[in-house]
Amino acid sequence: MDSDASDTGLEPALQQLVERVQQARAERRNLCIRGGGSKDFYGDMPRGEPLDMGGLCGISRYEPTELVVTVRAGTPLSELEAELAEQGQCLAFEPPRFAASSTVGGMVAAGLSGPSRAAVGSVRDHVLGATLLNGKAEVLSFGGQVMKNVAGYDVSRVLAGSMGVLGAICEVSLKVLPVPAATATLRFEMDQASAIRQLNEWAGRPLPLHASAWWQGLLVVRLSGAAAAVQAAAHSMGGEAVPPDLAAGFWDGLRDQSDEYFVNARAALAQGATLWRLSLPPTAPPLALDGDCLVEWGGAQRWLCSTQPAATVRDAAAAAGGHATLFMGQDRSAGVFAPLKSPLDRIHRELKRAFDPDGVFNPGRMYPGLCP
Amino acid sequence: MGSNADLPAAAEAATRATRQAEVLAALQPLLPAHALLWRSEDTVPYECDGLTAYREQPLLVALPETDAQVAAVLRTCHALKVPVVARGSGTGLSGGALPHRMGVTLSLAKFNKILKLDKYSRTAVVQCGVRNLAISEAAAPLGLYYAPDPSSQIACSIGGNVAENSGGVHCLKYGLTLHNVLRVRGFSIEGEPVEFGSEALDCAGLDLLALVVGSEGMLAVTTEVTVKLVPRPQVARCIMASFDDIRKAGDAVAQIIAAGIIPAGLEMMDKPMTAAVEDFVHAGYDLNAEAILLCESDGTPEEVDEEINRMLDVLSGSGAARMEVSKDEAQRLKFWSGRKNAFPASGRISPDYMCMDSTIPRKRLADMLLAIQAMEQKYGLRCANVFHAGDGNLHPLILFDANDPDQLHRCELFGADILETSVAMGGTVTGEHGVGIEKLSSMCVQFSPEEREQMFAVKRAFDSAELLNPGKVIPLLSRCAEYGKMHVKKGLLPFPELPRF
Repeated sequence: MDSDASDTGLEPALQQLVERVQQARAERRNLCIRGGGSKDFYGDMPRGEPLDMGGLCGISRYEPTELVVTVRAGTPLSELEAELAEQGQCLAFEPPRFAASSTVGGMVAAGLSGPSRAAVGSVRDHVLGATLLNGKAEVLSFGGQVMKNVAGYDVSRVLAGSMGVLGAICEVSLKVLPVPAATATLRFEMDQASAIRQLNEWAGRPLPLHASAWWQGLLVVRLSGAAAAVQAAAHSMGGEAVPPDLAAGFWDGLRDQSDEYFVNARAALAQGATLWRLSLPPTAPPLALDGDCLVEWGGAQRWLCSTQPAATVRDAAAAAGGHATLFMGQDRSAGVFAPLKSPLDRIHRELKRAFDPDGVFNPGRMYPGLCP
Repeated sequence: MGSNADLPAAAEAATRATRQAEVLAALQPLLPAHALLWRSEDTVPYECDGLTAYREQPLLVALPETDAQVAAVLRTCHALKVPVVARGSGTGLSGGALPHRMGVTLSLAKFNKILKLDKYSRTAVVQCGVRNLAISEAAAPLGLYYAPDPSSQIACSIGGNVAENSGGVHCLKYGLTLHNVLRVRGFSIEGEPVEFGSEALDCAGLDLLALVVGSEGMLAVTTEVTVKLVPRPQVARCIMASFDDIRKAGDAVAQIIAAGIIPAGLEMMDKPMTAAVEDFVHAGYDLNAEAILLCESDGTPEEVDEEINRMLDVLSGSGAARMEVSKDEAQRLKFWSGRKNAFPASGRISPDYMCMDSTIPRKRLADMLLAIQAMEQKYGLRCANVFHAGDGNLHPLILFDANDPDQLHRCELFGADILETSVAMGGTVTGEHGVGIEKLSSMCVQFSPEEREQMFAVKRAFDSAELLNPGKVIPLLSRCAEYGKMHVKKGLLPFPELPRF
């Protein structure tokens, strides 16, 4: 294969990115991959010269009957969602939209999923393929545009949540799904321990559960699917029906973190609190930690706004079989992501070296030690 | 293999015997006597997996019974630089468990216990050798089951499913192995315990579980898997629809999806396959149909009624010649019996068959069937087709007689042609059976030299000495040069749509 840079046949926006990476590599400078910049708060402090992905914009291919869309990384998430909505389809994992500028590349790199995650899977589960610009300035394509693909290692799915440390995502193919035919939202008054128990018991029955949230003594549950199934389930579960408009606003607020809980949490950050994201086995009982807690994903995701020391929070999450991410906070010195044990720490360093041998991309954004 | 290829056979045999004695002496203190096989007559049963066309004798076979023994065998092999090929039930169809002539086959057959089954958390913790179907059988009293159901589910092990990221007939709705596994425990090639994933829905750091699932035993050795269990649907019903035209059947598949329906199963059989399976199972298939679709709906009774009616509308709108809805569970299973027995039924009408496994965009199903019909003329061989139509995964079965070398050769060319046509249509060379040894050459068509080198680098990040299942999945540059076919470019790369052959 001819790898002469002057004759790659790449489209100009991509060629420009390739040259930036070649140059940065040669001059031993760092690049900070940027989409819409709406998640600068997430991960360790961005460092390096910005590598703006905005030039790689637009939907490359979308065929509703294939349930697949291929999108360039710099495409605004809102643009993609609008296009899908026109065909009655959606990103089933409900990624958060922190700002109008949020991009598809940023969505995949951050790997954050919304309220429906426990029911439908994560960003990772919906990635079918990706084109990556690695630290050697090579443009590589993995996975594909089909539902089933086991040709080679599944590199494209590892990019979900990789925080850009393996390279710049240029294009992704995502599985899309029809918007559910019907939804219903129910509310129940109960304490946290009862809510967790109830959610896990429901999940063992064939009910069309789609999302859940518990906060301050109130459990809210969304059902979705065929109209008949939603009606029958709502009837058997009881609770109080939430009017559809009110429900839609609530779930959007939860998804985009503009809900009251997150507004309060952001205000508390100024007073020295930290917003933690705890990922736990869904059956873990309420943790004995001080702070304001919101429970999602049938018990598997718990937000905690707290002033307790990082080590206390991390130890409690680990003891329950999960991990704690320092999601938002003024002081990120405790490390954003829970530390890795051997041999996972070694494998992370070696993978970083495999994709980005000179450590061009997003130094320290995931782990401080993740530099070759 | 490579470095010994130049030596004369006798010298190679002597080198191998010396190496065998050395490795045997090192492993004997670690395992009970019955857990090490090295005499040729004892290792013969391990010389191939479900892909019987490729056979090789391993240096020796180790059958550890405990985690400590697995770790000790790996530590020793790593120290001696001996290749290790992990093996589950040996049902794989791509030669992923083909032994290495200078390596140890690590049979995990004795890791066959279900360690934990929990209704409240809807999870099962099982050893890697537990059979896929055994999990669902054990979970049935709890009203739960393990969703991925490869056709070999009565025999294949969960460890093998993890290695291949196995699918099945229900994966459009319920996902692949990756989507149904929470945690994989095992050992690195150095014999160090390692855990990917957790009982939570995600982990700190990179999502290594996504890399390990489907890595064909090349990154780590799996010994224990935590799987998700899901509630058994209250009802399932199936529509059998026949079409007098392949294109109409292909369009019907697209129309069902376009109507916003995600069927629990959506399968297609062509006329030759229908004839073969009808003769075998007598399910009442329409023998005049050019293609038959099986469309399944599951869920609550109300939900299933609603969805079946919607699918019947779409199917008749797409020109189905005949439609029948299963009246009860016995009839539903009968509809499926032919599809599930496609492979043995093919075995009855031909001395041998080779099963392909590529995936293409759904809308190209009819194009592909027509292309395969043309290839039947070109290569002078018959081909019967079953498709996981819902997800575009094809299983053409090329019928041939392996005793005729020319037929075997034409069959291989036929198979390669199908795979390359699939890549050119925007698909992939393997949807669920894995690359193994069988599709190494086809990987040259799907991936560029840089992409293949990146995959090697991924392997070395886990296994720096390249001892775990070496020679599988990723072809060397030299092999691709010899194969001589061009890499088909994709996506953002230049000229992705340009036909190459």
